[in-house]
Amino acid sequence: MTETRDQIAEQAGGGVHKKFMFVNRKAPYGTIYALEGLEVVLISAAFDQDVSLAFLDDGVYQLVKGQQTKALEVKNFSPTYRALEGYDVEKLYVERESLEARGIREDQLLVPVQVVGAEEMAQLMDQQDVIIGF
Amino acid sequence: MLHIVNKSPYERNSVASCLAHARKGGAVLLIEDAVYAATRGNVADGAIRKALQELPVYALGPDLEARGMQANVIEGVQVVDFGGFVDLVAEHRTSQSWL
Repeated sequence: MTETRDQIAEQAGGGVHKKFMFVNRKAPYGTIYALEGLEVVLISAAFDQDVSLAFLDDGVYQLVKGQQTKALEVKNFSPTYRALEGYDVEKLYVERESLEARGIREDQLLVPVQVVGAEEMAQLMDQQDVIIGF
Repeated sequence: MLHIVNKSPYERNSVASCLAHARKGGAVLLIEDAVYAATRGNVADGAIRKALQELPVYALGPDLEARGMQANVIEGVQVVDFGGFVDLVAEHRTSQSWL
């Protein structure tokens, strides 16, 4: 008997819908965390979960507009953040305190986000079923 | 002495410690995530401006560009390319990497 994709999903706990938050706290390029985190977000989106992304501390640097990696000869993965909408990943939260501490304005970011204060960010974290940090 | 730093000023105290130990006659080169220390309004902004009164501070252009920070560089910080990086190493008798 051939199992259908739905049956396999059922056995694997398919139908379970959880709130996932990916917390990004590292700058891009200096370490592999930002790129790896983005890969995991894209994978999780394929499992039809409630996915949100949080950007705080150096993680806010990931979303800065105008990244050009040609001279560095590494992959510029910043356009991928704009593609997230196509995967129904639309909840991007950026911490206001982290932006301010780095002299970065919201209009310097490459994708529409919700800028929230640390207190609200903490509440959002509290509402999740699963939190994965990068 | 050429001081080379590659860590974000928010991640570690490498930039702060380097600037506290850099002396007249030396130079500071910010590369990789340390280029954020060369941008206006960052936590190390004041320390960089103070250091600039004593010695040259350089930031690696390709690392600034990759991070979209090329337009945010603090006045007085000189942007160099990979060739400039090599020249700086050659010009100084010693180099020290602050990891």
